[in-house]
Amino acid sequence: MIQTTSLRFTYPDTKNKTLCFPDIVLPPKKDMLILGPSGVGKTTLLHLLAGLLPPKIGDICIANTCLNRLSRRQLNRFRGEHIGLIFQKTCFIKSLTLLENLTLRERFSKKKGDRYRKEELIMHLGLSDLLHKKVYQLSLGQQQRLSIALGVIHKPKIILADEPTSNLDDANCKKVISLLKKEAQICQSNLVIITHDHRVTAHFSNHINL
Amino acid sequence: MLSIVLLMLSISLATFVLQIRNQLLHHLERTIKPFDMVIGAKGSSLQLVLSSVLHIDNPTGNISLEKAMRIARNPMAKDIIPVSYGDNYKGIRILGTSKEYLTTYDASLQDGKLFEKPFEAVIGSSVAKKEELNVGDTFLSSHGLAKSALETHNDKPFIITGIVKPTYTIIDHLIITNLESIWEVHKHHDEPHHHEEEHHMEHVDAHSNPNDKHEEERQITSLLVKFRNPLGALQISRFINDKTTMQAAIPKFEIERLMGFLGIGFQTINGIATAILLVAGLSIFINLIKTVRERKQELALLRTYGANTFQLIKLVFLEALFLSFFGTAIGWFVGRISLWFLSIFTEDVYGYHFVFSLPTQKELIILVLVILTTLLAAISASLSLFKLNVSKIIFDA
Repeated sequence: MIQTTSLRFTYPDTKNKTLCFPDIVLPPKKDMLILGPSGVGKTTLLHLLAGLLPPKIGDICIANTCLNRLSRRQLNRFRGEHIGLIFQKTCFIKSLTLLENLTLRERFSKKKGDRYRKEELIMHLGLSDLLHKKVYQLSLGQQQRLSIALGVIHKPKIILADEPTSNLDDANCKKVISLLKKEAQICQSNLVIITHDHRVTAHFSNHINL
Repeated sequence: MLSIVLLMLSISLATFVLQIRNQLLHHLERTIKPFDMVIGAKGSSLQLVLSSVLHIDNPTGNISLEKAMRIARNPMAKDIIPVSYGDNYKGIRILGTSKEYLTTYDASLQDGKLFEKPFEAVIGSSVAKKEELNVGDTFLSSHGLAKSALETHNDKPFIITGIVKPTYTIIDHLIITNLESIWEVHKHHDEPHHHEEEHHMEHVDAHSNPNDKHEEERQITSLLVKFRNPLGALQISRFINDKTTMQAAIPKFEIERLMGFLGIGFQTINGIATAILLVAGLSIFINLIKTVRERKQELALLRTYGANTFQLIKLVFLEALFLSFFGTAIGWFVGRISLWFLSIFTEDVYGYHFVFSLPTQKELIILVLVILTTLLAAISASLSLFKLNVSKIIFDA
């Protein structure tokens, strides 16, 4: 469940320009697309939801927890446990293998021991043959799938994806959309996707425009 | 990676230079320590010390054992040890002396027994190793001190009765026998030579009488003296140098003089080692800060995984400690291996080898300094972690 009220944000270097976001109320297990031209603050909104940026005014509540009221440390912990992030440009620990990256993410979520979850996820995403490859040896499509795996392995309450399909071809795009939907269902989480990709918009009914 | 190589290289160079310097000084110090004074024939005092104590130069000449003893035998003198040499086996010096020579160096036997009769000898540990000699083996001496001496004393073979435990002094590189052996070997050679000497001595030794004839046949190269009070050496040496045809040299002074000549060299080496260490420290510093900057993206990623600032700082510190510890350890190892290679070379050419030693106190201090430097670098590198703008770094990725 995601709920925001009168959310505003100002970047320190652009003092005059305040970004105002519409209130969001997203009941559990619901999906949502955030649409809009570049520069309106789509990624900023996503980072606000992830607790990576503090809002200037307004409240963000995720699964009945108000992010504003958490200390820095609690916020980090909350993010590790309950938020799954999938970035526009894939981002990994380069010196580790695919499996090591996954294990690392799992460990930070403080939810250890769910071996079944990891194996199932690896199988769903078709990464079984790549486990011991270094991440830079993977193709773009494989990297994007790993990125999804890293975003959902700890069964987060919300999955936040920033342009997950922008670098992918049609086949991979379709795959990524269905994987995201499937994983959100398995994790019983909210799926929030930023996109301006028309291949994606058709698959989701709940849109907000910034 | 580059920083660990740089650190490794500088540590290896620094420890290498330090080790050479320390071992040479230590060797010199241990070798000259037992003796406060050397009495020998007139000539260069440095030469007398180098030849009679350190066994690297040629002797200044011979002196009469009896006359030298008469002067040296003095209430202030504690040990008086005559030495005589002039022969070699494959370039290794054969030293005729008394058994006390070994005891002043606290040398004990690892094998066999001490020499008793003429032509029995004990050998230093390095000699035993290098020439593969064992107790019971025999060898023939050659006249002179150079390896290529042509004149071999074929008729008088030496037998090895014992091998001395390593002392890390000159003893390791000598063959030691009693004085009689040297006299026996040179009975014929020295005949004309010592008559001449005797003539010179006459006016010195006021109490000379015809009965001394037999005694005066006994020539030695020098007399090594240990005093109860080192100040005694000063008084007696002045007397010997002024009033006799012999000379007295004080090893400590001569070595200090020698070090004075070499001082600039050692200072330069020290300077270079210090400079290298400074560069190493600086490189650790710069590289660690650079690493944090390069890893910013990965550190930000860990932030999105839920890592807190403390965990990120821990990572930087672990990396810093890993880097400095392994860099230093590997560097130290490389330094020792280089020393070992150098040792093989010097053993071959100079018959002197370096000892493999565990980390010395100075080297541990270097390790501590390196770790402190890296910790300092880690602290300054971590400062940027407190204001890590995760959102921006992820977006710019």
